Amino acid sequence: MIYREAGQYKTTYVSDSQIFPIAQDRYAVAALLVIAFLLIPLFATQYIFSAILTPFLILALATLGLNILTGYAGQLSLGTAAFMAVGAFGSFNFMTRVDGMPALVAFILGGICAALVGILFGLPSLRIRGFYLAASTLATQFFVLWALSKVPWFTNYSTSGVITTQKVQILGFKFDTPQSEYLLVLAIVAVMALMAKNMVRSNVGRSWMAVRDMDVAAEVIGFRIMRTKLTAFAVSSFYCGVAGALYAYCYLGTVEPEAYSLDLSFRILFMVIIGGVGSILGSFLGAGFIVLLPVALSIIVHYTGLPNSVTSNLELMVFGALIIFFLIVEPHGLARLWQIGKEKLRLWPFPH
Amino acid sequence: MTVAQGAGRQIGDVILKVDNISLRFGGVKALTDISFDVREHEIRAIIGPNGAGKSSMLNVINGVYTPQEGTITFHGEVRKDMDTHQAAENGIARTFQNIALFTGMTVLDNIMTGRNLKIKSTFIEQAFWFGRARREEIENRKKVEEIIDFLQLQSVRKTPVSRLPYGIKKRVELARALAAEPTMLLLDEPMAGMNVEEKQDMCRFVLDTNDQFGTTIVLIEHDMGVVMDISDRVVVLDYGKKIGDGTPDEVRSNPDVIKAYLGAH
Repeated sequence: MIYREAGQYKTTYVSDSQIFPIAQDRYAVAALLVIAFLLIPLFATQYIFSAILTPFLILALATLGLNILTGYAGQLSLGTAAFMAVGAFGSFNFMTRVDGMPALVAFILGGICAALVGILFGLPSLRIRGFYLAASTLATQFFVLWALSKVPWFTNYSTSGVITTQKVQILGFKFDTPQSEYLLVLAIVAVMALMAKNMVRSNVGRSWMAVRDMDVAAEVIGFRIMRTKLTAFAVSSFYCGVAGALYAYCYLGTVEPEAYSLDLSFRILFMVIIGGVGSILGSFLGAGFIVLLPVALSIIVHYTGLPNSVTSNLELMVFGALIIFFLIVEPHGLARLWQIGKEKLRLWPFPH
Repeated sequence: MTVAQGAGRQIGDVILKVDNISLRFGGVKALTDISFDVREHEIRAIIGPNGAGKSSMLNVINGVYTPQEGTITFHGEVRKDMDTHQAAENGIARTFQNIALFTGMTVLDNIMTGRNLKIKSTFIEQAFWFGRARREEIENRKKVEEIIDFLQLQSVRKTPVSRLPYGIKKRVELARALAAEPTMLLLDEPMAGMNVEEKQDMCRFVLDTNDQFGTTIVLIEHDMGVVMDISDRVVVLDYGKKIGDGTPDEVRSNPDVIKAYLGAH
C-alpha cells in the first residue's frame, strides 16, 4: 500500500539508473543513515559499540570484499583473512615507519598492499577455477600468516608478536572512544559500500559478472579475461585489507597474525553465503546474521534460567540449526528473501 | 547507428577472405583446406550436415580456435589467426549455438556488456560514478535503448535473462551482439529450436539488421527454407571440406550437395 512506485515516472536515463530507483527506498536509506550516524551515537552504550556495532561493520566490509570476488566475479576464495592481515600489517608498518603518517592514508595504503598481494595470489585464477582455485587461495592464507609471524621486520622486531596499535588520529581529532571509533568505521564502510555499488552497476561490475557467467562469451565481446579477474582480486583484496586494518585499529587494538586465522576466512565466507552471493545488501545482512544472532540468542537463552553449561551449547545448536534452515528455505541468501519480501509488499494487500 | 542507412542491399567488395584453412584437434580433422570469401553487406550462409565443421569455421573467424594452416584476411589485413579481442575491436560480433548469455544479469545489463569496448573510463572513475564514467554510462544506455527498440525487447528490459523464454533469449543475444555496432555479425544457428512464428520474426530481424545498419552477416542455419530465402551466397561444408559455394540456386543444383544431404549414391 505504502511501498509502491506508482506515479514515479523516469524521464531520463540518469534517473532510471539511480541506485534506489523507488522514492520510498531512498527515504528508508536516508532514515537509516540518520539513525546510524546521529541517533545510535546518542543512545547506545559502550558495550554495544565495541562488542556489536563496530565488529559488525568491519566484518560487513570484509564480506563485501569477498562478495566482489566470489559473488560478482565468481572466483572462490578462502584467503580473506590473509588479505585482512596484509592490510592490518601494511597500515601498521606505514604508521610506524613514516613520521606523521595520517591514519586514513595508512589504512588506504594498507588496502593497496593487500590489493597487490591479491593480484599476486590471483594469478592462479587465470588457469584454474572452482575448488582448485579455493585450494590455491588456502595456500595464500597459510603463507601470509607464516610470513607475518616468521619475518620479524613485519612486526617491527616486537618480541611478543602482539603489538598494540597506535592511536588513530585524523586532522587532530583522536578516535579513542568506542563511540568515535564506531563513527569512523561507519563513515569508511558507508563510503566504500557506495563505491562498491557504483562499480557493480558500471562496466567493471558487468565485466566481473560476464566472466562469472560465461567466460567465452565475455572474451568474444571484448572483455579481457585476465585483466577482469585480476581487477576483481585487487578490488576485493583492497576492501579486505581496509577491513583488516580497521579490525586491528578500531576493534582489537592489537596487530597480531593469530587474529586473522583460517577460522575468520570461513566466517566471512559463511556471511557471504548466508547474506547472498552477489549482493551488496547481502554482505551487510550476512555479517549482521553471524555477528548479531549469537548475541541475541545468548540473551534469549539466558532468560530460560538453565545452567550456563547448557545455555552455551544450546546457543551453538540453535545457531547451527538456523543456518541450515535459512540455506534450505532460500539458498540465495537473506538478500533474496528481502527482495521477495519487497516484491510482495509492492502488491500488498492485493493478490496480484 | 548511422551506418549506411538503407544502403544495405548494395553488396560491396570482399571484406573477409579465408584461405586454405585447416584445423585439427589431435587426430580429428575439423576443417580441411577451406577457402571462401565474404563481401561487404551480404548475407553469407554456411550450411552442412551435423559435424561438418560449421561452428568451427565461425570459431576460427573470430579467434576462439587457432587453425594450423591457412590465412584469414579481414579488411585487407592478412593474419595467421585471429585474436578474439582483436576480432571484437575490428567489429566482428557473434551469437552462439547454445545461448551464451550472462544468466545472472538483466536484459539491459547483458546488452550493455556489448558496448564494453566503447567505455574508456577506469574502474576507479566508475567507483565514484563521476564525470566520464557517468557520462559514458548514460550515452551507452541511449545506444542500448535504440537496439532494445529495434528488437522489440522493451517489455523485458529489466528482467533477469534466466527468466526469459528461449526465443526471447536468442533475441537478447542478437541484441548484445548488435550493441557493439559490428561491421560483421556471425550468427550460429539463430533460428534453431524455434517455431514458425519465432523463425519469421528472427528472419525479419536479421534482414532488417542487414538492411538498416548495412551489417555483413555470416550465418549458420539448418532450415533450408530460411537459408535459401535470405542468403545471397551459400558455402556448403561436409566432413570439414567445402563441397559447394555459390548462390542458393547454384548450390541447390550442385550434385555433391544433393549427395551430402540426401545420402544418394
